[in-house]
Amino acid sequence: MERVVRHFEEELATLQERLLAMGGLAEERVREAVHGLSRREPDVVARVLVGDEPVNDLHIEIDDRCFKLLALHQPMAADLRVIVAAVKINTDLERVGDLAVNIAEASQRYLQHAPVKPLIDIPRMGEIAQTMLRDSLDAFVRRDIELAEAVLAEDDKLDALKTQIFRELLTYMLQDAATIEAALDLILVSRHLERIGDHATNIAEDVIFMVSARDVRHQGGDAASAQG
Amino acid sequence: MNVVTRGMPSLSGLTNRSGTTPVAPDTPVKIDVEGLQFYYGAKQALEDISIRIHANLVTAFIGPSGCGKSTFLRTLNRMNDIIPDTRAEGRVRIDGQDIYGPGVDVVQLRRRVGMVFQKSNPFPKSIFENVAYGLRVNGLARSKAEMAARVEESLKAAAIWEEVKDRLHESALALSGGQQQRLCIARALAIRPEILLMDEPASALDPIATQRIEELIYDLKKNYTIVIVTHNMQQAARVSDHTAFFWLGRLVEYDRTDKIFTAPAEKLTEDYVTGRCG
Repeated sequence: MERVVRHFEEELATLQERLLAMGGLAEERVREAVHGLSRREPDVVARVLVGDEPVNDLHIEIDDRCFKLLALHQPMAADLRVIVAAVKINTDLERVGDLAVNIAEASQRYLQHAPVKPLIDIPRMGEIAQTMLRDSLDAFVRRDIELAEAVLAEDDKLDALKTQIFRELLTYMLQDAATIEAALDLILVSRHLERIGDHATNIAEDVIFMVSARDVRHQGGDAASAQG
Repeated sequence: MNVVTRGMPSLSGLTNRSGTTPVAPDTPVKIDVEGLQFYYGAKQALEDISIRIHANLVTAFIGPSGCGKSTFLRTLNRMNDIIPDTRAEGRVRIDGQDIYGPGVDVVQLRRRVGMVFQKSNPFPKSIFENVAYGLRVNGLARSKAEMAARVEESLKAAAIWEEVKDRLHESALALSGGQQQRLCIARALAIRPEILLMDEPASALDPIATQRIEELIYDLKKNYTIVIVTHNMQQAARVSDHTAFFWLGRLVEYDRTDKIFTAPAEKLTEDYVTGRCG
């Protein structure tokens, strides 16, 4: 019996390690896409466009690991919650990888035009989204509910910045119709970054469920303010 | 079994779950146990057990070997009475009546509370006689026709009729292990009990026979209150509505089965159902 448990725990540790690897890759790709855009480096952006394969490979590998752990070990209670959380986090991370590609696509188009304005809020959004992603995964590894709840609270900042960016760009577009195409791409980028924040939020919610069996999804602002 | 003691939590500080009962809005309490202590000689095997078991549900008792779950099961129809030098204190009420109270007819009690054991134990008689036996000794069939009807009814309820209807007078010992166990269930059902106690009823069976027993348990709960002791946690998770976890003679946690196996309240339960202790 002891041997079986140890084997299962080794498998769980490997699963966690692979999820972290995937999270690291996804986060790096978001970072590159935003840097490529804000520093106007088309080569960096182009790298993000073609580099989604390792994330996709990990997506399949992690699902397969979870599937086998469920079938072969029939985990219960906390172990079951870890694996169900891993399946969901895996999907969120894969979507983050896709969103990095979407940001790169919009950036590639944007870089073909003259800059509409100096980019300040989009790099800020990028920083916040990456931090949320990193913190949600740290919370997963450390089983840290407080950190997960802090991630939930951060999401409001991204939403506010997205709205602010939209309003600001709207004034540019109203003043000069020639900026519309480029401004729309910036609006898309802010939308993609906001979505990345949503995925980090999902991960944080999964961590809270995994640790405490408490489901905090779909509770409006309550979940974010339910700290302590 | 290799007992894993690493990181095993102590029982001190354990929430006292006395009298707790899972939410079961539509079913009345059938068995109400209060402050039950049980002793084998000087050794205390059960300590202050309080639990309410609901009618028409399946309640599973889980826990490591020696935790008292089978002992507790046997207190519910006073099966332990046949073991010398045992003693029970506290109250076990079935439909409000204390079964350890004065003047209780134990034979009558066991007619109301049937039992199925780990190892199928058919009598070395025909299939028909195995089921008819209880009816005969209890004088429950007034004619041959009634006897035949009750035997058929019981075999059908135990989901074995189709397999044995053409060989009712052959020896029960020729049946497979799974069939013998279902025959024993038919035998228990023949005297129309209200409660069915099952002590590891499928532990000696292959997966297909186990599945048949589990399906049968699911069907039977419409008409009976079922209490099952099992070592197999997946089986408890599959067949039961409520689960009680026992440890060292105490009831640690009692709740809806889905709660016990997805988010138990007690660390000890968590450690047991995830295989980290026990």
